[in-house]
Amino acid sequence: MPAPRAGVSATTRVESGPLDDLDLYVDLYRRMRLIRGFEELVQSLFLRGEVYGTTHLCSGQEAVAVGFASVLDERDRVAATYRGHGHALALGVDTQKLLDEMLGRATGINGGLAGSMNVTSPRDRLIGCFGIVGGSIAAATGAALALALRGTGGVAVAYFGDGAMNQGYFFECLNFCKVQSLPVVLVCENNGYGEYTAFESVTAGPIRARAEVMEVPAETIDGMSIWNVREAAARATEHARGGGGPYFVEAITYRFVGHSRSDSGKYRPPGELDRWRERDPLLVLRARLERDGMDASRIDQVDAEVEAQLAEHEQRGLAAPFPEPRAFSEFKS
Amino acid sequence: MPRLSDSMEEGTILQWLKQPGEPFARGEPLVEIETDKATVVYEAEADGVIASVLVPDGGTVRLGDPIATLSAEGVEPASTAPPTARPAAVADGRTTDFRTAIRDALDEALAADDRVVFFGEDVAVAGGVFAATPGLFEKYGPTRVFDTPISELALAGAAFGSAVSGLRPVVEIMFGDFLGLVMDSLVNQMSKYWFLTQGEVSVPVVIRSVVGGGGRFGAIHSQMPVSWFTGVPGVKIVAPSTPADAKALLRSAIEDDNPVLFFEHKRLYALESEVDGQRVPLGEAAVVRAGHDVTIVSAMRGVHESLAAAETLTASGVDAEVVDLRTIRPLDRATILDSLAKTNRLVVVEEGPLTGGWAGEVLALATEGGLGDLDDAWRIATPDSPIPYSPPLEDAHIPGAERIASEILARLGSR
Repeated sequence: MPAPRAGVSATTRVESGPLDDLDLYVDLYRRMRLIRGFEELVQSLFLRGEVYGTTHLCSGQEAVAVGFASVLDERDRVAATYRGHGHALALGVDTQKLLDEMLGRATGINGGLAGSMNVTSPRDRLIGCFGIVGGSIAAATGAALALALRGTGGVAVAYFGDGAMNQGYFFECLNFCKVQSLPVVLVCENNGYGEYTAFESVTAGPIRARAEVMEVPAETIDGMSIWNVREAAARATEHARGGGGPYFVEAITYRFVGHSRSDSGKYRPPGELDRWRERDPLLVLRARLERDGMDASRIDQVDAEVEAQLAEHEQRGLAAPFPEPRAFSEFKS
Repeated sequence: MPRLSDSMEEGTILQWLKQPGEPFARGEPLVEIETDKATVVYEAEADGVIASVLVPDGGTVRLGDPIATLSAEGVEPASTAPPTARPAAVADGRTTDFRTAIRDALDEALAADDRVVFFGEDVAVAGGVFAATPGLFEKYGPTRVFDTPISELALAGAAFGSAVSGLRPVVEIMFGDFLGLVMDSLVNQMSKYWFLTQGEVSVPVVIRSVVGGGGRFGAIHSQMPVSWFTGVPGVKIVAPSTPADAKALLRSAIEDDNPVLFFEHKRLYALESEVDGQRVPLGEAAVVRAGHDVTIVSAMRGVHESLAAAETLTASGVDAEVVDLRTIRPLDRATILDSLAKTNRLVVVEEGPLTGGWAGEVLALATEGGLGDLDDAWRIATPDSPIPYSPPLEDAHIPGAERIASEILARLGSR
């Protein structure tokens, strides 16, 4: 187990009793495996010059995105971060279209207009991925306002990192949501680092306390075990949907790759990455499934199917056309 | 009855300090009024004459009811006089002041479409610090009209997020100077979303904000932030000069599917005119005075200064045309070029810093599209310095009718 970080009390839940629905968890495993494979493919394509600019990969953090998405329904809306490929895939954004977007192709989910950091897919409930730290919190605040006012019963979820805890957006929006009692769930993916800097060295006091001081129910969870994430997500969305106002979840997680493509992660203390890899959410879930009686060969089969699926996406994506240069209209008329 | 305290609903005339027919200068005490809080001496906002006293000493009237009619007759227009110095259009038509026009437009928009919501700091229960939005909270309730924390980031973010989730929010940013805090939501989110979603989801947000100098608010509550935004594709910028346009353009802005910045000049709030209910589309300038010798293009309060300058210039035989832009992005290229083709001379009057201002953009399009028509073209704007507080310094800072008229005479004479 990784050493607990200063200022947080990761509450790893007791893993008692079998998972309630093994088939469901196999599906969630498949989704997490798809995200991991997608990120590895994007990295590989990036190194080959097929993905441009920069990318922020979420390898290691899959359980948070998939766990939360698994409890959301059609009424809900999600605002994600520039580390958002996993959030998008967890919500069901078409894998081929997302890959094509990374490749800058006309067939991309945003026609090649967005790229890695700015993906939007309103039809998939994804308001968007926000390239400005904390922007997702603001977007979810507004979405929650609309969902509440229109009487939809929907909940808005914002993902953001530990770095966003020091942005004005967090404080202003959480206060706004609380006084308006808006149905919003704020999910802080605490991966230990804001870009290249350890969060403890730039963050005063425990993260969760910042929500608690506004009397917003808050919890810190192990973000590497998806069943823990699912349980917390269920508590959070139930609270928000039931008219209780905002809910805050700090999910302790880790990214297995650098902040962005140019980051080799030299700031990590020796051995830290290896210790966290032992808590890889894919390994954690796999071990749990096997312990609860799932045949290892079925999980191996999922791995193989996802690998084949991504190989096909890669081939198709690289064959897809680039968009033709054209003039864009400035305004909707 | 002028608003002399935030909470007053009526006032009592204690004593008129000027009598009918008696001329007064700007700043001279006119009348002593008792409000719910204090006794206040109300000073003239411009030179003029009291035409008639409607409420005698001792009389009590409700806020907004006329207490006297004023006239500028026989008095040289003061170059820095705010537009309120114009004689109120007391003729047959019902007049409305600028702030009431804003309120009425919001009222109609809220009534017409239940997706419209209105929020901001002190806008609901208090009715706005500029008293532009009273009564809306009472009429539409706290889910559609509400007060927010003093949190411009949250306010703007909530506007964006709710606009892409089915609402049509109107928000008030109390002073335009605070728009720096709104920049991220506006520039990085609102203006990009329709593009990024390939036309699937637009962002119908209106950000109302009070701008401009002349209120003695100093360097950080008097700015004209228009040019902070003119370089942002995807954001419309509306800048009305009259109550009728304010109402019509605010209705159009709320019905528009794009993010719109709607600027209200703080020195125009008391301006009265007839509001005929005509609709005005965004992006259309208006020729508010026809002339042959020179085209003056301006917006907001600058239009009134330009009109006053044009009147002064008639004495020198110069016949100026005045174009009120009304919308600053997108600019009404055709109206500007048509006027230029007629007059061959163009002066753009911008309250706002000279460097990087929209006046330069107007000159650029005139040069690109009307070079053959162009005999002369220049800008009159505020200096590239912060806005000073002290009245004589601030008055000298803002381009007024006198400067506009004298520059035009000098340029025309030197040809």
